[in-house]
Amino acid sequence: MITHHLNDQLLMAYSAGTLPEAFNLVVATHIAICDECRARLESFDAIGGALIEESLGDAPEQLGSDALAQTLARIKTSTPEPRKRAAAQPPRDRVLPEPLRSYLGGGVDSINWRPVGGGVKQAILPTSENATARMLFIPAGAAVPDHGHAGMELTLVLQGAFADGHDRFARGDIEIADEDLHHQPMAEPGLDCICLAATDAPLRFRGLLPRLAQPFLQI
Amino acid sequence: MTIADGVKWADLLARVADRQDTEAFAALFGHFAPRVKAFLIKSGADAALAEECAQDVMVTVWKKAAQFDASRASVATWIFTIARNRRIDMLRRDRRPEPEELDWGPEAEPDQLDTLVLQQESERLITAIAELPEKQRIMIERAYFGDLTHSEIAEETGLPLGTIKSRIRLALERLRHSLS
Ligand SMILES: [Zn+2]
Repeated sequence: MITHHLNDQLLMAYSAGTLPEAFNLVVATHIAICDECRARLESFDAIGGALIEESLGDAPEQLGSDALAQTLARIKTSTPEPRKRAAAQPPRDRVLPEPLRSYLGGGVDSINWRPVGGGVKQAILPTSENATARMLFIPAGAAVPDHGHAGMELTLVLQGAFADGHDRFARGDIEIADEDLHHQPMAEPGLDCICLAATDAPLRFRGLLPRLAQPFLQI
Repeated sequence: MTIADGVKWADLLARVADRQDTEAFAALFGHFAPRVKAFLIKSGADAALAEECAQDVMVTVWKKAAQFDASRASVATWIFTIARNRRIDMLRRDRRPEPEELDWGPEAEPDQLDTLVLQQESERLITAIAELPEKQRIMIERAYFGDLTHSEIAEETGLPLGTIKSRIRLALERLRHSLS
C-alpha cells in the first residue's frame, strides 16, 4: 500500500502545468500507480474548471465576429477521434508505468545504466534543462548515494524499498525532500531498489568527481 | 452557473460526439471560447495569439468530444485541461507527460447518478471559490492563470513565499471543507 503521496503544492502545479518536465514525469508516474493521487488531481483540475467557469465568466474576452465561422470551417476538414477503448492498450509493464516507460524506450532491461560507485547505477532521462530526472538502481542492502542538492528532490520507488530511519518507502511511495533534509537512506535487503528521482537543481553524486574519490560510503 | 447549466453543457457535448451537431457546438463555443481566450490572455498571450489558440482549443473540443466522460469531469474542467495543454505549447513551456489511463473496462456509458453528483460537486466548488476571501482567491487564480510558480508569484507580488503558500493552503482547506 502506498503511504507517501504527492503534496498539494505539486498536484496543483501539475494541474496548472507550471512544473519542470522532470517533475511532471515523476508526478505523472506516481499518479499512474496511485488511485488516491489520481482522484486528488481530478479535484485540482476541477478547481481549474471552476475558475474558467466563474472567475473568467466575469471578464470573458469576446472573439472576432467571424471566429465561430472560421472554427466551423476548420472542423469540417477534421476527423473526430474515437472513444478510448481499454482493449486497445498494450499490456502493462510490471515495474515501469507510462509515461516513464516511453521516456526510457522500454522496460528495465533497456535502461542504459552508468555506475556511480558502491554498486549504485544511474541513468539520466531526456528532459528539459529546468530540472533533472534520473533512474537509480541501488543494490539490495546498499546505501542510497550521498548527494547534494540545492532545491527540491522527489524520489519515487518503483521496485524494492528503502528506509531512512524514520520512514520506509516502497513501490509507489514518493519521498519529497528539500535542501534541509539530511538523511542516509538504505535499500532494504531482498529486492534491488529501482527509483525515479527528479531534482530542480543540478545534482552531482560525489562519486562522479574524481578528486572526491571517497564516494558515498560514509555510512 | 447552476447544476442545470452543467448538465446542459454535458448534453450539448454529447450531441457533438454522437451526431457532429454544429448547433450544439456553436452554443458551447459561445460560452467557452471567450473564457478560454481570457485564460490565455491572463497567461501572457497577446489578443491575436489568444484568439488563434482559443480556436484551436475549440477544434480539439470538437475532435475529442467522444472522449469526454460526464461522470468524471464537468465540461468546464475538461475544457480547462485542453486549454492548459494548449497554453503549455503556446508558451513553449516544459512538456507535461500524462499518467497512463486507468482501465475503465468495456466502454461503459457514464452513470447518470455519478454524473449528477459530479455536477453538484462542481457547482459547490464554484460557489466555494466565489466565497473565498479575496486574498486567498487571488493566489489560487494566479497559480492557475498566471503561469507562475509559487516563487515567481512571490517575486511578482513582493509577498514572502510563506505568505503565498499559507494563503493557498487556507484556500484549499476552505474548498475541501465546503465539499465535505
Ligand atoms: Zn499518491
